[in-house]
Amino acid sequence: MPETPMIKIDHVTRAYGAFKALDDASLTIQKGEFFSLLGPSGCGKTTLLRMIGGFDNPTSGTIYLDGQAMNGIPANRRPTNMVFQSYAIFPHLNVAQNVAYGLKRLRLDAVEEKRRVEEALGQVSMAHLGKRGATELSGGQRQRVALARALVMRPKVLLLDEPLSALDKKLREQMQVELRKLQQAVGITFILVTHDQYEALAMSDRIAVMFSGNIAQVATPKDIYQRPVNRQVADFVGGMNFVAAEIVGEDSGTITVETTSFGRVKTEKPVQFVTKGKAATLGIRPERLRVLWDDATDKYEIAGKVVDRHYFGEITHLIVEVPGMEQPLSVSETNNFGADDIPVGAPIRLAYDPDALVALAD
Amino acid sequence: MNIVRRLLSNWLPVYAVLYVAFLYLPILLLPIFSINQSAVPQFPLTGYTMKWYAGLPNTPELLSSAWNSLIVGLSASIVSTILGICAARAITRYRFRGQRVASGLIMAPLVLPEIIVAVSMLLVLLQLGVGLSLFTVILGHILICIPYSVTVLISGFEGFDRSLEEASADLGESAWGTFRRVTLPMVAPAIISSLLVSFTISLDEFILAFFLSGTEPTLPVYIWGQLRFAAKLPSVLALGTLLLLASFMMLSIAEILRRRAARRAQNEGGVYA
Repeated sequence: MPETPMIKIDHVTRAYGAFKALDDASLTIQKGEFFSLLGPSGCGKTTLLRMIGGFDNPTSGTIYLDGQAMNGIPANRRPTNMVFQSYAIFPHLNVAQNVAYGLKRLRLDAVEEKRRVEEALGQVSMAHLGKRGATELSGGQRQRVALARALVMRPKVLLLDEPLSALDKKLREQMQVELRKLQQAVGITFILVTHDQYEALAMSDRIAVMFSGNIAQVATPKDIYQRPVNRQVADFVGGMNFVAAEIVGEDSGTITVETTSFGRVKTEKPVQFVTKGKAATLGIRPERLRVLWDDATDKYEIAGKVVDRHYFGEITHLIVEVPGMEQPLSVSETNNFGADDIPVGAPIRLAYDPDALVALAD
Repeated sequence: MNIVRRLLSNWLPVYAVLYVAFLYLPILLLPIFSINQSAVPQFPLTGYTMKWYAGLPNTPELLSSAWNSLIVGLSASIVSTILGICAARAITRYRFRGQRVASGLIMAPLVLPEIIVAVSMLLVLLQLGVGLSLFTVILGHILICIPYSVTVLISGFEGFDRSLEEASADLGESAWGTFRRVTLPMVAPAIISSLLVSFTISLDEFILAFFLSGTEPTLPVYIWGQLRFAAKLPSVLALGTLLLLASFMMLSIAEILRRRAARRAQNEGGVYA
């Protein structure tokens, strides 16, 4: 018998009048998973997280937590804890008092309470700052206190509502690594809400990509990035070149398309692929196109002309016009070989791996 | 242009000094004459004395009216603060139909002519057959204290991040526990400030007290009664000086607390890295 999932979202809808913030969503999250809800603002990811935490209730459908239906159970009686976007650190309490807040209701003896507070502060590298006042903390420290305050409760599920969005870039990247390590150390199921695709890719075991109240795809970061189910997901998660294609062959697992620039391509058929006549879209990531230098050749080549160039430090984006294509191709090339020196207007040849081409449902 | 500017820059400080003198000189005269030997308040001063102050505790009517004022002030400030907490929380937390009208009506007593309010209340109370007593004075004072309470409390509740209360619930605390452990401590300075402000307002208030007090005068009503006797004037001045000091101190404490509450609410909401 398979293990009970930690979270089961069973046909959950949340409607505000005629507007559906979440529309018949179903999802399961396993024990010990680092799971991300990824999508643009207004896609329903925060609504779903708040319903799991008990701050909002489904209009219809049921949320199961470790096999138990959560309908009507308020936030203070759920085995979940939340790290709020604003961190919600109690300003009238110091760091240790903030962390001990939830423990007070458990009526532990003083020694045990102190031990757990210190353990939690240690987990977030704040052990030496217990006496610090809440208003004297930096953004990163506030986030750590919010984490410790939730972890000290030993929840079954930790909910994180855009926890890194208020931090600057450097700190954000550092916290991504730390959060991931922390999750592996404590083994608690983490559910992260974010609109930052790189954050979701870097931290998660699995990701659910959401648009306007619907879950578009649930998969590992690698599959989300390399095998997006449709154009919307492909476009939201990283850059993508879209190439108009015509379907020329199809069987149960694969699809064959014909394009003017990439020729005839046979690829794996995406899960939710629905054919509408003969038209289809082919996608290829900018970094899967390689510049061919000097006399180098490749089995799969495409020729064009550089029309624009964007410098990003470690990489350069080349915008390449290819005869017969409506949209120019975006090429992401590392600057190891001097891609930042290619002049605008120069002719260019690009190599690609046909496996990198994916067929996309519109 | 230059001449105008120079004139202005020379005359503005003079104007400011005159302005402040006009506001405060009459009030300064009060303590000065209250320690003057002569019973007639006029210059030149005739010598220093504390006898007018020494005489105050030996006046039973004065003591009983001070006691009345204390009862009225405490009751009015407590009730108006409790009602003010409800109103301020509703106004800052929720969006509801008629919100602007409601908050406008709450603030209205600030600008209503007090004598009209006093006369109307008197008429209503008499119609209802409620006899005049300290209780009716308390009712009147609650009415005029509420706008001040609400103003002070709104600045305490504003910027109060809702997720603080959610965080408390998330950590297992009940609604009442959350109010006690998070909401109350955070707005405590504003609550104390509201109590002090409304107590001060009630302590100084004359018109409503005059109309509604029946046979138990509050301090201002007592003072007004004493003004008919020229010989009692120095005692009134001494009493007035004490009231002035008390009001000034309470309002200062109230303002300090109000600012502390506002600052606390702001610090907490800050999303900064």
